Amino acid sequence: MSTVSDYRKREESVTYSTEPAGPGETHELLTINFGPVHPSTHGVLRLYATLEGEIVRDVQPVIGYLHTGIEKTAEDKSYWKAIPVVERMDYLSYYFNAMAFCGAVEELLVLEVPKRAQYLRVIHLELDRLMSHMVWIGTFALDLGAMSPIFYCFRQRELLLDLFEMSSGQRMHTRYFQVGGVAEDIPQGFKQKVQQYLDQAPAVFDQLADLLENNEIALQRLRGTGVIDEQTALSLGVTGPLLRATGNPWDLRKAAPYSSYEDFDFKIPVGTVGDNYDRFRVRHAELYESLKIIQQALDGLPEGPYIADDRKVVLPPRHELATSMEALIHHFKLVTEGFRVPAGESYYPIESPRGELGCFVRADGSAKPARVHMRDPSFHNLQALAPMVRGGYIADFIATLAALDPIIGGVDR
Amino acid sequence: MEIKREQVDEFRVRQLRARDMLRNDLSDEDLEQYVEQAVVTTTLEKAIGWAQGNSIYPMTFGLACCSIEMMATASSPRVDLARFGWEAFRASPRQADLIILAGRISTKMAPIIRRVYDQMLEPKFAISMGACCSSLGVYNNYALIPADKFLPVDVYVPGCPPRPEALVYGILKLREKLQHNAKPGWRERYDAVGTEEVTGA
Amino acid sequence: MPDAAGLDLIAEQLAAVDGDCLIGHSFERGRAELQIDPAKNIQVLQWLSDRGYSFLASLHGVDYYPHEPRLGVVYELLDMHEVDRISVKARVSVESPDIASVVSLWPGGNADEREVYDMFGVVFVGHPDLRRILMPEDYEGFPQRRDFPVGGEPVLFTYNEQGYGEDR
Repeated sequence: MSTVSDYRKREESVTYSTEPAGPGETHELLTINFGPVHPSTHGVLRLYATLEGEIVRDVQPVIGYLHTGIEKTAEDKSYWKAIPVVERMDYLSYYFNAMAFCGAVEELLVLEVPKRAQYLRVIHLELDRLMSHMVWIGTFALDLGAMSPIFYCFRQRELLLDLFEMSSGQRMHTRYFQVGGVAEDIPQGFKQKVQQYLDQAPAVFDQLADLLENNEIALQRLRGTGVIDEQTALSLGVTGPLLRATGNPWDLRKAAPYSSYEDFDFKIPVGTVGDNYDRFRVRHAELYESLKIIQQALDGLPEGPYIADDRKVVLPPRHELATSMEALIHHFKLVTEGFRVPAGESYYPIESPRGELGCFVRADGSAKPARVHMRDPSFHNLQALAPMVRGGYIADFIATLAALDPIIGGVDR
Repeated sequence: MEIKREQVDEFRVRQLRARDMLRNDLSDEDLEQYVEQAVVTTTLEKAIGWAQGNSIYPMTFGLACCSIEMMATASSPRVDLARFGWEAFRASPRQADLIILAGRISTKMAPIIRRVYDQMLEPKFAISMGACCSSLGVYNNYALIPADKFLPVDVYVPGCPPRPEALVYGILKLREKLQHNAKPGWRERYDAVGTEEVTGA
Repeated sequence: MPDAAGLDLIAEQLAAVDGDCLIGHSFERGRAELQIDPAKNIQVLQWLSDRGYSFLASLHGVDYYPHEPRLGVVYELLDMHEVDRISVKARVSVESPDIASVVSLWPGGNADEREVYDMFGVVFVGHPDLRRILMPEDYEGFPQRRDFPVGGEPVLFTYNEQGYGEDR
């Protein structure tokens, strides 16, 4: 390129400025680029860090390196076919993405989801929360330098993915949640396998706690670093474990229960100081609470249909296609054109492992959504990075970035 | 001196023959037979290919969902890359041989990946993992670019995301390719003409 | 959500404060929405924030093509103490896409507004650093408008496959 735009020049330069600080001394501020390809940025996140020696003075995240045009693609597909598109946004909490979208569409259709489907949804959502926190603990410890927790955590993740594969056939991005319920009922032996998982899980979580909780290095690195207070967090739109670590017990599962969460008895772990150590403890404690929820949902799983009855929206069961003409016609209409949703808008927020995940759907009466917007928690939580790391060291900056749990697929959509 | 052929098993026979070899007591056909059994001859290319194929350093380069499955392949106890000798993931492109493009490549990211690929030293290979970088996958829209538009890709692994076993199959295919006819330099491998990078612009 | 009566109350109180900021209000399928005049958005949001809806959950854009005014900016507000949500919608046209920025009220709106600018072209007056956030900065066009093509590669079949040299 012979003419280099201003943007490209800024991309390629490193700025170096000096400011007077005192008699005969100058601050030297160095703006360094933590490129999108860096072993410790979780995904492709680019950070311009302005450093004074070892102290971070400012941090500016640059995102967009994973922008996939999910919202635009979802406008092009019918509601049923938009579920896989939307699912791949926040790629560790795929059940949550699907839940938010299906919930928004169900609100627009005023469709009642049967109780069994709600309980199945809760079981899968909480298993996904466990999986997401497992990956987080593994990569968080790896960023701190502890090489072994990642193997234990990925071992647990494999067991959870076995459960997902059992119920839906896919390990990730399972397309299990549909508008009106779940795609299929759970197979024989699923309950026993989940019970087996629940029986062996607390011992492993205790093991992870032993590895990290009272570890001198972890304590020194995490205690008191990356502190943010509750007011700043609220004004930045931070939700989820980050907000709970500052002391605010805001959790949508308790505050505005959806999908039968009010039937279950569980607690919300809350931190005190708002530093990295609190974030770790909050997420670790949430693991046990999720186990409790899954146990209660499994014990109380009601009999009944696993998806709503309305044939204008939900595919009929396959055995009916051979005998009933209406079922065949409904199936044909739903697969080719899709169901129509009456015009309106809806915003459906749920509690994902990272915070409030909301889905805004605007329907214009046709078979395709007119606008799908996912309010992603990592997008807003990432704005809290700058206040957290100002004045701290680079090493604390890496630990804080890891504790923030940014999933760039959600940030960039 | 003759070898005493007793009624013993193969192993004893070979042991005795080895003893005689060491004592320099074998000659002619016995010597030839011994050499055929104990020594492997091959060409230098094959030997180098065998060594290269079992010691690739992949680069830590994950983009999106496929990177989680790549991490699962590399560090999960069920399927792991260490059995092939590929567990040493390097962060610097100068030290890596293989780039596994795991995830979706957006328009902003493509020049960066190209720059990273150019920084890798020959011989270097690229695996395009997943549907999004092989062929846009689910997202056929304005924001994504398939990998083979700006990089020469050796192996495509389809899937969304591919199972760890599928990625390992792709890796074995690459290893086979390496061991059999890896010409150093991707420009010779793909007859690429006029693809030198213009820097400084 | 406040129910229909609660929303009517809020609308009345808002009209009492400033007569012409509220264009309409609706309560449909559990969603309470206030449609406001884009020139008065900061006053309305400040008033709602003082009334309790102090958390900005989401700020996003919608393209109402072919209805004018085309570009809508939707603010989803949350009252954490009463557990109440309310949406505020302001619509601007493509010819004059200016609206005041709420960064002074909620610093968290910074990245959201950049995204709405990037995807729809709504210019937020008073934003400290309005640049593109998801697309490359020198990109032309606003991708999520309804008249922007989805793009992508054509699917290759035998009839439209390009050759790779003389032997094809």
